[in-house]
Amino acid sequence: MSAFRTSGPARAGQYAALLAYLVFLAFPFLWLVSTAFKPAAELGSLHPTWIPKDPTLENFRQAFDEQPLLRAAGNSLFAALTAALVAVAVATPMAYVLARRRSRLTAAATGWVVVSQAFPFVLLIIPLFLILKNLHLINTLGGLVAVYVVWSLPFALWMLTGYVRAVPAELEEAAAVDGAGRLRILVSVTGPLLAPGIVATALFAFITAWNEFFFALVLLKTPEKQTLPVVLTHFLGAEGVADLGPLAAAAFLATLPSLVVFAVIQRRITGGMLAGAVK
Amino acid sequence: MRRLTTLAGAVAAVLVLLLAGCTAGGTGGERGADGVVRLRFLSLAWQKESVDANRELVAEWNAAHPRVQVDYVQGSWDSVHDQLLTSFEGGEAPDLIHDASDDLADFAYGGYLADLRPLLSERLRADIPAHSWRTTTFGDGIHGVPFLQEPRMIMANRKILVEAGVRIPTPEKPWSWEEFRSVARDLTARMGRGRYAVAWPLKEPVSVSLNLGLSAGGRLFHREADGKVTLRFEDGDAVVPGTIRAMVDTDRTASRATLGSGGSDTLPGFFGGKYAMVPLGFSYRQQIVQQAPKGFDWMVLPPPAGAGGLAQGVSPQTLSIAEESPHKKEAAAFLDFLLQPQATVRLALGDWMLPTSTTALADPVLHTPRFGWATGAAVARQLRPAPAQSVRGYPEWKDKVATPAFQEYYSGAIGDEELRRRLVEDGNRVLARYQRD
Repeated sequence: MSAFRTSGPARAGQYAALLAYLVFLAFPFLWLVSTAFKPAAELGSLHPTWIPKDPTLENFRQAFDEQPLLRAAGNSLFAALTAALVAVAVATPMAYVLARRRSRLTAAATGWVVVSQAFPFVLLIIPLFLILKNLHLINTLGGLVAVYVVWSLPFALWMLTGYVRAVPAELEEAAAVDGAGRLRILVSVTGPLLAPGIVATALFAFITAWNEFFFALVLLKTPEKQTLPVVLTHFLGAEGVADLGPLAAAAFLATLPSLVVFAVIQRRITGGMLAGAVK
Repeated sequence: MRRLTTLAGAVAAVLVLLLAGCTAGGTGGERGADGVVRLRFLSLAWQKESVDANRELVAEWNAAHPRVQVDYVQGSWDSVHDQLLTSFEGGEAPDLIHDASDDLADFAYGGYLADLRPLLSERLRADIPAHSWRTTTFGDGIHGVPFLQEPRMIMANRKILVEAGVRIPTPEKPWSWEEFRSVARDLTARMGRGRYAVAWPLKEPVSVSLNLGLSAGGRLFHREADGKVTLRFEDGDAVVPGTIRAMVDTDRTASRATLGSGGSDTLPGFFGGKYAMVPLGFSYRQQIVQQAPKGFDWMVLPPPAGAGGLAQGVSPQTLSIAEESPHKKEAAAFLDFLLQPQATVRLALGDWMLPTSTTALADPVLHTPRFGWATGAAVARQLRPAPAQSVRGYPEWKDKVATPAFQEYYSGAIGDEELRRRLVEDGNRVLARYQRD
């Protein structure tokens, strides 16, 4: 029996509040979808409607006709997926050490990780640009991936450290008592319990890289390398003037990969977030 | 543990290989092994017709000049300043740079942009009026070619104006600011409740107030004999802000709701007959053509005039050459090709703007009454550099002092005296910091 029994009206209120919150969250996306399917004349209507009166795919046709969206999406996908995989591969062992080995050094490292999140982009971009230039990584997706990994690493590390701490050390000690080696413990005991956290962290790194604009704008110089967020700004003019229909269509398509990835693994993320919540 | 180390090493090796595999050379402004010079042209053209025109011209150049090839790169107005700054600092700037003249001061004074005086052809120098060259002159050098410009015009609902029987202004006989206010009162009275003669989109109140202020004789920025700039708020400076404030606050002929809006935000109300007139940049005509409902009858009117006639300030679009480019002569030759009169007309039509080139501006295609081209072309002759064009410290004055002051003034929160005090006293303190010897 639940410890939190609510009355009918209270439950109805909870659902109403939840619904209102969901509507609030979904509003920009739904408006984007609606705009993407509206003909030009409806975009300028004084009384806009949620459902386009005369829905059209013209905005999508124009968007693909005017900009190389597929190529840009491919570049984004490569950069985001690679950055997510590398970030997780690098952050996982580091997080394990930070969580399991308590010392002044690890405390200082954790503090630095948190502080490093406070640096603004603009402060970092010029030194980063010079470093990448010396490495001959300007205008390469590899250079962009390296930046994304470095950029997402602190938060990934911070997230994963929390997940590692949620895995009881007693389980590892019990496995050690049963004769398992360090690697066996990591692979067979800690790994599976950590999997939801790793997936959640990878998702975070993926979405961060997928949506990132400024580094991609500055580091990629040729059209063939540009990522989706950079190409989306080609629908914008000076002082915020926009080619609204094609922009909405392209932006709608740009949100789909994140939504799909999130939908596929959201159950694992929920599991990961709750892992260790009850001891 | 050894296997863990091996695993970490493998991951690192994969990472290095991945980075190496993705590496590509080829920066702009370099001569390849085949002796061909490759120039990188960062263009901010964004409307389809404009991008097409740029690409076609680049293709024509490349076909005619196999030894000097231009790579067209479409940039973005969003963050272009930071993008360029990073590229300049990193030594990876494009050879040819498209920007707006009001964004060039920092780059020009920073030594990032080449002085074009020894590079430009006499034809190009002579074809662009001196006042346009002033928008790209910083110190002793010219650091960009001003090639397209955009006056602020009044987009009007022809049906409402004709039915009201008001005098339709022309570039030869524009409205005075007082007449504009009077016409707005007539129109609002006829249009009925909830409708307004004018919607002022004042998301960027400083450029509107200063640039249109020239028509009333406003200057605000005064260069003294010692070369330093000071702010003075004189009678001419008060006309445009005073008129807008009175229309919103006293006459109720301008919508208060649009004060915080951008130009695009006012278009639905314009199409729906809620506003009879909207002062907008000339290029907004493209959005009106695209989005207006069938049968919507509109026209382009010149802005009101005062002691300064139809003068107004503009910050033209510019083309510059990076100082670090090793092939400035080739880049200048391309600029000369791109900005031939006929080519400039194509660029102007693509951007729905007006050329600075005298020859291009005289082209009959820009004098058709269709979509207000003729009205715009007539106003173009009166365009002048934006008042604060090359004043160091202007961006800070604009962001920290003028924008909040104008926003509060137009909303009615502060009065004339407080506006004057803030713009001048606070403003001069900002400018003084930039003008210390």
